[in-house]
Amino acid sequence: MSFSSAAAIAADVAAGRRSAADVVEAALARIAQRNPHLNAFTAVTADRARATAARVDAGQAAGPLAGVPFAVKNLFDIAGLPTVAGSKINRDQPPAAADAVLIQRLEAAGAVLVGALNMGEYAYDFTGENCHDGPSRNPHDPTRMTGGSSGGSGGAVAAGLVPIALGSDTNGSIRVPSSFCGLFGLKPTYGRLPRTGSFPFVSSLDHLGPLARTTRDLALAYDVMQGPDPGDAACAGRPVAPVSALLGKPTQGLRIATAGGYFRAGASPEALSAVDTVANALGAVRTIEVPEAARARSAAYVITASEGAALHLGRLRERAEDFDPDVRDRLIAGALIPAAMVVGAQKFRRWYRDAMLRLFDGVDAILAPATPCVAPLIGQKTLLLDGRAVPLRPNIGLYTQPISFIGLPVVAVPVALSGGLPIGVQIIAAPWREDIALRIAYDLETAGVVRAPLPSE
Amino acid sequence: MTDPGDLDALIAAVPWLLRIDIRPEWHAAVRQHLAISLDHAGNVAELPLPDEAEPAPVFKA
Repeated sequence: MSFSSAAAIAADVAAGRRSAADVVEAALARIAQRNPHLNAFTAVTADRARATAARVDAGQAAGPLAGVPFAVKNLFDIAGLPTVAGSKINRDQPPAAADAVLIQRLEAAGAVLVGALNMGEYAYDFTGENCHDGPSRNPHDPTRMTGGSSGGSGGAVAAGLVPIALGSDTNGSIRVPSSFCGLFGLKPTYGRLPRTGSFPFVSSLDHLGPLARTTRDLALAYDVMQGPDPGDAACAGRPVAPVSALLGKPTQGLRIATAGGYFRAGASPEALSAVDTVANALGAVRTIEVPEAARARSAAYVITASEGAALHLGRLRERAEDFDPDVRDRLIAGALIPAAMVVGAQKFRRWYRDAMLRLFDGVDAILAPATPCVAPLIGQKTLLLDGRAVPLRPNIGLYTQPISFIGLPVVAVPVALSGGLPIGVQIIAAPWREDIALRIAYDLETAGVVRAPLPSE
Repeated sequence: MTDPGDLDALIAAVPWLLRIDIRPEWHAAVRQHLAISLDHAGNVAELPLPDEAEPAPVFKA
């Protein structure tokens, strides 16, 4: 029962085969059993979850996610808890007065929040390590990283503690843990889902989205979270565009290509094998070059460092010693980047967006690795790229940063390599075409090409 | 711009420029991160863009 999908749980609860209370008790028991080994949760909201489940069972919150337990990265506001965002400093904040909008929408659809999840400090992280709370541990090998910064989100879903978790993705923080933990992850188009009630990092680049063990669960969560909200200035006023009913629609006519050049240089044999496996299954024989991908990554890096520094400048003045040193030193450096260079990066962003949109005139989806390698060991500091040791932290996002830089929608799909750790492939679509990426993911999953592997315990 | 001496001068200005106290033991890491960021910024600046190119931050009045 631990690895039941959200769709299966909701169907059981809706049909009366199981109560939401029973589902939630099982999830809480599983969390109590496994979390001490995995460090995915930083808070378990057991009382609240039991009360929510009782409302579902009383018929007050029926919906497509009836009785489905979920958890959120601890940068989402949860009423009554301080929004710590992986930091020590924010523990001194007053408790949030209300839930984040996406939590409200999931619970309105019948889902049940069971807790808050570990993350890299202030989301400036690709590892899932955290010096205050300890590292999130990968359920497939607890000596290895979950990836980050949505590390607890990856660990909790991969271990079967919850079928759906929410994360955030500024430069890859949903797609990286999806890759390392062997999960499906959706980073929607920038501006699709409202960020209202979440602690920001880089407002130009911040996205929220779900991680799950199946494409259908991603789509179920995504569908109920859509819709504009005035609390997020970047949220588009687009109508809701449900995807669940489109899964299973044939994908044969779609033009799918593999990203070459930058997106193959430096990739490990495992990453290349995963992309090639997916491309072969889809009959995607064409390779395309993403123009100026390295420069796009550079520009994302500059905007991230600078906007992140601007966000935290007051805290750096007053409480620099309370930061994770890895985060603090990068933020101080980011505060020293000349403004003209940051504006230059934003100008390039527009240029790159236009170039990518032209590329999408000729393709419907692009395949690329999600990470250059499988999950590194916790504490590992370097990564081999093209046989050269480079710093690990900034380079895990090599292939995710040029994509989120212009907000393209991506589904990360897990390839379970035989005898090894899982690794993800990005299915990248044109803006607002989450449906295409999700349909391709579903097709691959149905064909058995991609799947979320079960961890051994 | 990424000459270590230049970076040291820039970092030395942080206490008065940004009102952040930098402990001596943080200096090397800040310098390393600053060098990486400025290299990336230099990479972006190498591509000539027209004066009319519009920056991309989101703002809706």
